[in-house]
Amino acid sequence: MTCTEFIALLDDLIDDSVTDNMRADLQAHLKGCEHCEVTLNTTRKTIQIYRSHEIYDLPIDLRERLHAAIMARCKRGC
Amino acid sequence: MSTIQSIAGENEQHPDVALVERVRGGDVSAYDTLVRKYERQVFRIAQHITQNREDAEDVVQDAFLKAYEKLDQFQGNSKFYTWLVRIAVNESLMRLRKRRTGRMVSIDEDVETEEGSVPRDLADWAPDPEQNYTQSELAEILRKTIQGLPQGFRVVFALRDVEGLSTEETAETLGLSVPAVKSRLLRARLQLRERLSRYFKRKTAPAGNGPAIAPQTES
Repeated sequence: MTCTEFIALLDDLIDDSVTDNMRADLQAHLKGCEHCEVTLNTTRKTIQIYRSHEIYDLPIDLRERLHAAIMARCKRGC
Repeated sequence: MSTIQSIAGENEQHPDVALVERVRGGDVSAYDTLVRKYERQVFRIAQHITQNREDAEDVVQDAFLKAYEKLDQFQGNSKFYTWLVRIAVNESLMRLRKRRTGRMVSIDEDVETEEGSVPRDLADWAPDPEQNYTQSELAEILRKTIQGLPQGFRVVFALRDVEGLSTEETAETLGLSVPAVKSRLLRARLQLRERLSRYFKRKTAPAGNGPAIAPQTES
């Protein structure tokens, strides 16, 4: 397996949607390729960081204001 | 952060379906529950697409009002949340179009770039690299980095990886094919990784032209 072939399957590996045979091939490539191992680990970390950090927080006062405006209009029949 | 609940069995009804039925029967308080449940997610998605706080606030209101008006058109065969997200994405694109004075805006914008499709920065990252920054510094880095992605990649990453939609739900929501979503997701992830490397990679030499936001130094 080449690095290009590995990268093409990177998402399937991360999302755990590979067959056992494919996984064995990918892991065999990883054993001998430090660059692909770094790419895999740092891509996983990228996703985890974006999942676990709120970058567009909705402050409670704004949330309540928007909520009240929505519900007031719904009750009026929009 | 994901709020998508897995459906344990085919016959098990998603709790939103009962709420939608109550709203259809005239119980506005059930809609209050649905709005509370999803308003933060809709706001995040709107921010990801419009990149403008005021627009995102307007999208939250417009999307929930439109969903309320069109609730009769909601088919129980898709999740209420993915149906709502589709409305929110369309409202967000409309806002962008208005801001750009009528120029067509679509989720296909700028996706032809080859940037980031081949990993170039191959340096390993520091262990727990986010701990080198304060929460507000980190949020700023993450915002700046994702804002630099082409629109068509950003929205796929936001729905699939941040909001936790499946590949199929993301495709359905955006009107894209599953292979198109997979292709954009891979490139979005690789581009973000590449750009974050600048901040998170292990330091090997004294900083020259370092990142715009310097890591905290230990005192």
